[in-house]
Amino acid sequence: MSTSNRYDVIVIGGGHNGLICAAYLAKAGRKVLVLERRHVLGGAAVTEELYPGFKFSVCSYVVSLFRPHIIRDLELAKHGFDLIPLECSHLPLPDGDSLCRWADAHETRREIARFSARDAEIYPEFGLAMSKLSHFVKAMIDSPAPDPASLNPRELANLLRLGGQLKELGPDLMHLQMRLLTMSAVDFLDLWFESDILKAPMSVSGIIGTFLGVRSPGTAYVLLHHYMGEIDGAFRSWGFSRGGTGQVSMACARAAQSYGAEIRTECSVDRVLLKNASACGVVLENGDEIFAQTVVSGVDPQRTFFGFVGEENLDPEFAAQIRRYKLRGSSAKVNYAVDKLPMFGRTENDLHLRGDIAIAPSIAYLEKAYDQAKYGDFSDRPYLNIVIPSLVDPTVAPPGKHIVSCFVQYAPYKIKEGPEHWPKRSDALGDTVTDTIEEYCPGFRDSILFRQVLTPWDLEQEFGLTEGNIFHGELSQEQLLFQRPAAGWARYRTPISNLWMCGSGTHPGGGIMGAPGELAAKTMLGGGGV
Amino acid sequence: MPIESPFHPQTAKRCKSLRWKDWSGYYAVCAYDTYAEREYFALRHSAGLMDVTPLYKYDVCGADAEDFLTHVMARDIRKLADGQVSYCCWCDEAGKLLDDGTVWRFSKDRFRVTAAEPCLAWFFENAHGFEVSLSDVTDRIATASLQGPTSRDILKQACGGKIEGLRFFRMTPVSIDGFEAIVTRTGYTGDLGFEIWVDNEHAPRLWDVLSEAGKPYGLLPTGLDALDVARVEAGFIMNGVDYYSANHCLIESRKSTPYESGLGWTVHLDREPFIGQSALRAEKYRGPDRRFVGLEIDWDEFEALFAKHRLPPEVCSAAWRDPKPIYNLKGQHVGHATSGAWSPTLKKNLALATVQASHAKIGAELRFEVTVEYVRHTVKAVVVKKPFFDPERKRA
Ligand SMILES: Cc1cc2nc3c(=O)[nH]c(=O)nc-3n(C[C@H](O)[C@H](O)[C@H](O)COP(=O)(O)OP(=O)(O)OC[C@H]3O[C@@H](n4cnc5c(N)ncnc54)[C@H](O)[C@@H]3O)c2cc1C
Repeated sequence: MSTSNRYDVIVIGGGHNGLICAAYLAKAGRKVLVLERRHVLGGAAVTEELYPGFKFSVCSYVVSLFRPHIIRDLELAKHGFDLIPLECSHLPLPDGDSLCRWADAHETRREIARFSARDAEIYPEFGLAMSKLSHFVKAMIDSPAPDPASLNPRELANLLRLGGQLKELGPDLMHLQMRLLTMSAVDFLDLWFESDILKAPMSVSGIIGTFLGVRSPGTAYVLLHHYMGEIDGAFRSWGFSRGGTGQVSMACARAAQSYGAEIRTECSVDRVLLKNASACGVVLENGDEIFAQTVVSGVDPQRTFFGFVGEENLDPEFAAQIRRYKLRGSSAKVNYAVDKLPMFGRTENDLHLRGDIAIAPSIAYLEKAYDQAKYGDFSDRPYLNIVIPSLVDPTVAPPGKHIVSCFVQYAPYKIKEGPEHWPKRSDALGDTVTDTIEEYCPGFRDSILFRQVLTPWDLEQEFGLTEGNIFHGELSQEQLLFQRPAAGWARYRTPISNLWMCGSGTHPGGGIMGAPGELAAKTMLGGGGV
Repeated sequence: MPIESPFHPQTAKRCKSLRWKDWSGYYAVCAYDTYAEREYFALRHSAGLMDVTPLYKYDVCGADAEDFLTHVMARDIRKLADGQVSYCCWCDEAGKLLDDGTVWRFSKDRFRVTAAEPCLAWFFENAHGFEVSLSDVTDRIATASLQGPTSRDILKQACGGKIEGLRFFRMTPVSIDGFEAIVTRTGYTGDLGFEIWVDNEHAPRLWDVLSEAGKPYGLLPTGLDALDVARVEAGFIMNGVDYYSANHCLIESRKSTPYESGLGWTVHLDREPFIGQSALRAEKYRGPDRRFVGLEIDWDEFEALFAKHRLPPEVCSAAWRDPKPIYNLKGQHVGHATSGAWSPTLKKNLALATVQASHAKIGAELRFEVTVEYVRHTVKAVVVKKPFFDPERKRA
């Protein structure tokens, strides 16, 4: 065995979390190898030139909760990490009117007042309450999940600290926080607002990436999770990544390489090598074996344990937990190259297009979309979250031309014909999205130069996201904190010794956040894992 | 009352915020928008267009133009090639800074100087014996600064491919829409960028042509607030903010030397006499007492300080210029930060400061004053390399 074939750590998967984990480990002096199955790095945070001159953020399209301290720790700005804040949230309505929420509080108040004068005044109060609550969430995101079962005094102290912070919220807010845990997004918003036109686009934050409806219990909590990015005052962290979200991953990769990590693409891991029930390397699909003291998987839990480890090597109780872990992909992505800007209801200028555009005209619309999904179909009028990054980032499209990126929900992985039938439905899904946009932007169809449809099946087959789940598992309440991905195994360790996890399937979860990768590396370094 | 620059009809139309300030006697836009953020991001991601007409501009011509400038500037102007622009500073006899700016060489007998402050009188005083004519062209020439990653593409649309090969700190004459202009590859953002100089009468047309060409490239008109943040990220020193011209100082301690101000690299000592030479030589030998440094204010401490009051960390959305004391770890006063900004690109809280030389080494740990809930505290600040942000495209 040659020495070049031995590493301290092998990271499976070159998603942004795997790369960040690799960067922290390499920075601490470990000899690290990253293995990525695809020809490009980034996983679900990837940029690809699918059509000449157009650089698509193929999957994820906005950066929300990326931890700013990671940018500083790994000097990511130097390596090309660069965010452009979103300007607004635009909601075009079928009757040609629209609601646009801006960074400018007064402008937003005037906008909302056109629909409800009362809501317009409550809106900033809501923001303040959410910002106090998300302060609590933020503390959770930036540290490993507390372990309630542990008797280790430090763990207990951690839990108490979080509990203590909760108390600091004061009785009213604490009560609110408790209700957040069990309510639906719509019920929670009903506590504050009267106008559907405001509530509908706000409620969707509670369902993104879950197979739940805006009226399903528990979705209020997810809303908070997402809300955090919008109000992190000092950072305005919702942003476009210059050059597409792949640039986030590339910056992480360059940082990892600058600390000496080695990265190989087109290297698909077939399984984790076990010796005496302990991980000691990986076997690639081509049969090559690579050895390491420690293996870290940045791939989702099901693929990691059932794919790489094998059920026969798992404790049945643990295997059952992982099997129960909900992936249930419910969304798709349609990307367009167009030669004309779709205006979505306003023509005076293009400022309202410099943020995200939601097709979520009413709560009934969203519920109807969910109903169809429950019965194994994609919504014939889905919720769309659209961005046009080329407006603020001229590097991604030729001058005067644009990229229109549409996140689509619901498109359930398990359609009634069976997921493997998705390729036959792909065009129909694409047409549905085109037709939906056409209703708000007549002429859109004629402006299309190129279209890419990514069904949940494609997300699984091409991007390795089991069941097409965009977050490596739903961000529902029972799958967060010390239960992600399984009770007792939320600290990046797995029941297989020397095998760790660092992807979105671990605390604090999915999104281009970097926290799982960072916290995994720090836990490994701190706990003698490497 | 300030006067209007030749671009005023164009800028006033767009300045919806009505936020203006006085810059050297001209109206200058602070921000076109309520917030400068969008304009800042245009500078770093696409391009921004700024009216920088208020810069002082002098034409220096005549057989001795080169010798004259070599005599007044701390930099050896004879090293400039035709078509080259050079960043310079100039000092009084005591080696104390008067101003900084650029010197452009058209030919051996024709130069232009740009400055932050009026300096014609001082030039005249020192022109005895030189065959040189000096003229203030500030009011005759309008200047637009086009800065940012797409600035080259935009300029190419406006004046053709000639701009493609223009190197960093070089200039070239161009023709834009039928009138003549000079393009210099210079700016105050530390990024890819150009400045375009035209006779006043062409200013409105220049603005329109650039705006039109810039549309598909994300060009935005940009005010001084956004520029200020970019300027701090670039680590550039500013006359009147980070140092004071010796001409205006009532007390000695307010004056600075190029070595103290991070401008030592622009001083060429070993040559024929120039103004301030012997004082500067002595200082170089001795080593400056103070140094101009970049500080990175520790975010974790900063955030923790606010968290103690259950507040999110508060950073100004714009750059600041009110000086703040700097202490060493023993709490002794060792310098002052003169400007700073939260860098949206680096996600770092930055400051530019003048500190005692013994505390100026990269990595030195200092304390920076922060006020939270009306009470003064200090947080850690570390001396780091300038520029804080230095994209490759700046020179590429
Ligand atoms: C359509 C879509 C839209 C989204 N939109 C957003 C958004 O706008 N904002 C946001 O914050 N988040 C968004 N997300 C979620 C976010 O992109 C993900 O949570 C995040 O990128 C996951 O990062 P990761 O590093 O944990 O995993 P991944 O990015 O999934 O990385 C795992 C890597 O492992 C590789 N891999 C898989 N199998 C193997 C193997 N056998 N051998 C070697 N390598 C393997 C994969 O190719 C992949 O590169 C979106 C996701 C999707 C799919």
